[in-house]
Amino acid sequence: MKRTSTDVLPGEGALGDEPLLAVDNLHVEFHTRAGTVRAVNGVSYTVAPGETLAVLGESGSGKSVTAQAIMGILDMPPAVIPKGEIRFKGTDLLKLSEEARTQVRGQRIAMIFQDALSALNPVFTVGWQISEMFRVHRGMSKADAMKKAVELMDRVRIPAARQRVHDYPHQFSGGMRQRIMIAMSIALDPEVLIADEPTTALDVTVQAQIMELLAELQRESQMGLILITHDLGVVADVADKIAVMYAGRIVENAPVYDIYKAPAHPYTKGLLDSIPRVDQKGQDLYAIKGLPPNLLDLPTGCSFHPRCPYRQDNCVTDVPPLYEISGTRGSACHYWREVLDGERQ
Amino acid sequence: MASGSERILEVRDLVKHFPLTQGIVFKKQIGAIKAVDGVSFDLNRGETLGIVGESGCGKSTLAKVLMALERPTSGSVVINGRDIAKAKGGELKRMRRNIQMVMQDPYTSLNPRMTVGDIIGEPYEIHTDVAPKGDRRKRVQDLLEVVGLNPDHINRYPHQFSGGQRQRIGIARGLALQPEIIVCDEPVSALDVSIQAQVINLLERLQNEFNLAYIFIAHDLSVVRHISDRVGVMYLGKFVELGKDAEIYDRPAHPYTQALLSAVPVPDPEGREQRERIILQGDPPSPANPPSGCRFRTRCWKAQEICAEEEPLLQIRPGTTHESACHFAETHDVVHVS
Ligand SMILES: Nc1ncnc2c1ncn2[C@@H]1O[C@H](COP(=O)(O)OP(=O)(O)OP(=O)(O)O)[C@@H](O)[C@H]1O
Ligand SMILES: Nc1ncnc2c1ncn2[C@@H]1O[C@H](COP(=O)(O)OP(=O)(O)OP(=O)(O)O)[C@@H](O)[C@H]1O
Ligand code: SF4
Ligand code: SF4
Ligand SMILES: [Mg+2]
Ligand SMILES: [Mg+2]
Repeated sequence: MKRTSTDVLPGEGALGDEPLLAVDNLHVEFHTRAGTVRAVNGVSYTVAPGETLAVLGESGSGKSVTAQAIMGILDMPPAVIPKGEIRFKGTDLLKLSEEARTQVRGQRIAMIFQDALSALNPVFTVGWQISEMFRVHRGMSKADAMKKAVELMDRVRIPAARQRVHDYPHQFSGGMRQRIMIAMSIALDPEVLIADEPTTALDVTVQAQIMELLAELQRESQMGLILITHDLGVVADVADKIAVMYAGRIVENAPVYDIYKAPAHPYTKGLLDSIPRVDQKGQDLYAIKGLPPNLLDLPTGCSFHPRCPYRQDNCVTDVPPLYEISGTRGSACHYWREVLDGERQ
Repeated sequence: MASGSERILEVRDLVKHFPLTQGIVFKKQIGAIKAVDGVSFDLNRGETLGIVGESGCGKSTLAKVLMALERPTSGSVVINGRDIAKAKGGELKRMRRNIQMVMQDPYTSLNPRMTVGDIIGEPYEIHTDVAPKGDRRKRVQDLLEVVGLNPDHINRYPHQFSGGQRQRIGIARGLALQPEIIVCDEPVSALDVSIQAQVINLLERLQNEFNLAYIFIAHDLSVVRHISDRVGVMYLGKFVELGKDAEIYDRPAHPYTQALLSAVPVPDPEGREQRERIILQGDPPSPANPPSGCRFRTRCWKAQEICAEEEPLLQIRPGTTHESACHFAETHDVVHVS
């Protein structure tokens, strides 16, 4: 598709060594009455064209806030970004004017939300909502935009798209609504798609349909995909690489095969040991003890130390940096070697 | 599992239809939602029966009928040899006490204005004979301890606990009347992965300690496999397959079970390209108007003419060791990469 209004990024061209999207040492805080919530504390990750990055982590670990920062949809205030960069093809989005940012949002970087029903407007037909993308951003006529809407609904495999384009969101099942959300998000051929828990509310059979659809769309267009999820099964199925978050930080990143074979952070290891599997009758499940951290009052040193079976004295005082294990792997644990060797203390 | 074979619950041909009405002043019944439409199974002491199936297939309705929260349209629920529909007065009260429920949502199923002690002890208000008033506080504290909560927190309110802790409160309440059967409807689906394991382990420990029988309803087939001795697969108000965990997961015979299992992601990327995926087309039909013959035929890739004409009964089929409801049942492992 020809881009006209969106060629606003300076220095855009060959990517060179620069990834398609790079989040670099991002910090996000919320200034609330109860205090400062440190939701994101130095997150870095990258995604390349055609690549799937899975972002995994406990509820409240900052996965969605990071995504919202990339999209530029955080409410500021109460949110503040004191540090960090979000580079799209080499340009720091955080330094762009709001006008330039709007050009990127939805057109170059798009997002699918977890709850399709609340993200769609109940009083307009789905056809109208999809075609609006083309009228607003591409200046198409009503008739042309509607044609495009039907095409897109076909592309996300909604049967009888030509008839159903005039239906309202409530007339579709949960899985179909999620397809319509996907149709809207890929309408303008974005280069990066962020899918925030796209299948959490759906049955496994529908989840399988949606994940297959996303993989197909990605193959066709070479989008970079950031898949936010807590489902270790889905991640194993589709991801190329994984970033695991805990208390607003990346605690481990690795190619997908490496991390399942031998995790290098106690939290990742605990997660993998704590899930039952459909293909085997398990023994006792390992349960990570304790509770998720309070972001208003993060533990000193390593945030995971109150729950960690590998903890040593220095963990309580020294914040572990993201140690480099290999060119493609990192772990924010002082004792990653022991974890990698599989010795639980 | 230490189940022996003492039967504690017998469910026969259980049906629950919700009337579908039209008109506002003069309500006219124009049909029925067949939420549960002929379900039969047995449950032994100390055993866990898992129930799986897609959203809307009737799992929660079945749970409510078992709990006598909904009156069945027809069929029977027999606890320890007594039909619950025929019991009255004190006997009915004792029977109800014997089957308790743990619900899905730890956030909304607890009254925010009651203390944890009042919530857990509330069943004693109805069943006053179980614990004399003076004993109750002590009993509630014991229950808190049993589920791994601090007994000193008896005067706290639900919002002062995390999701996993609230689910423990719900479990403690379910245990208060010392039931023999607990129906768990999606007890861990609202919880974080790292907290789910804590609650599953707790349920297993309590089962061993008190020889409880569980009916464990969940849409997560991996969790159900982990905890269940036997599993029933539900589709549009009926069981389509019922068997021991290995029979269902390693040797499923019904096409729907095979499709369901093949869709469950395995947390191991090794061999992911070779894995078999049966992607079902479309959504389940409406339970108000299920297809004739086999209810799965509108989505089944093996359907023949007979499937529209003759309803396949849930029975042991040639070449299998467990019950399935398919004219062309044939075991096929979809979960393991060969
Ligand atoms: N507007 C806000 N004001 C204050 N705190 C906020 C706000 N938005 C998010 N937070 C906090 O930031 C933290 C990170 O939230 P985030 O939504 O990113 O978590 P998540 O990893 O996506 O979790 P989940 O898996 O539950 O979706 C949470 O503790 C959340 O309460
Ligand atoms: N009180 C009611 N009146 C009318 N219809 C009902 C009622 N309760 C449930 N139903 C219908 O009965 C069917 C079965 O619902 P049920 O809640 O038992 O499904 P479920 O298997 O528990 O689904 P989920 O996995 O989404 O919890 C659904 O079609 C539902 O809409
Ligand atoms: S740094 Fe210490 S406390 Fe943190 S994860 Fe590693 S061993 Fe555990
Ligand atoms: S009876 Fe026929 S339609 Fe039903 S599951 Fe078997 S083959 Fe499919
Ligand atoms: Mg989130
Ligand atoms: Mg239900």
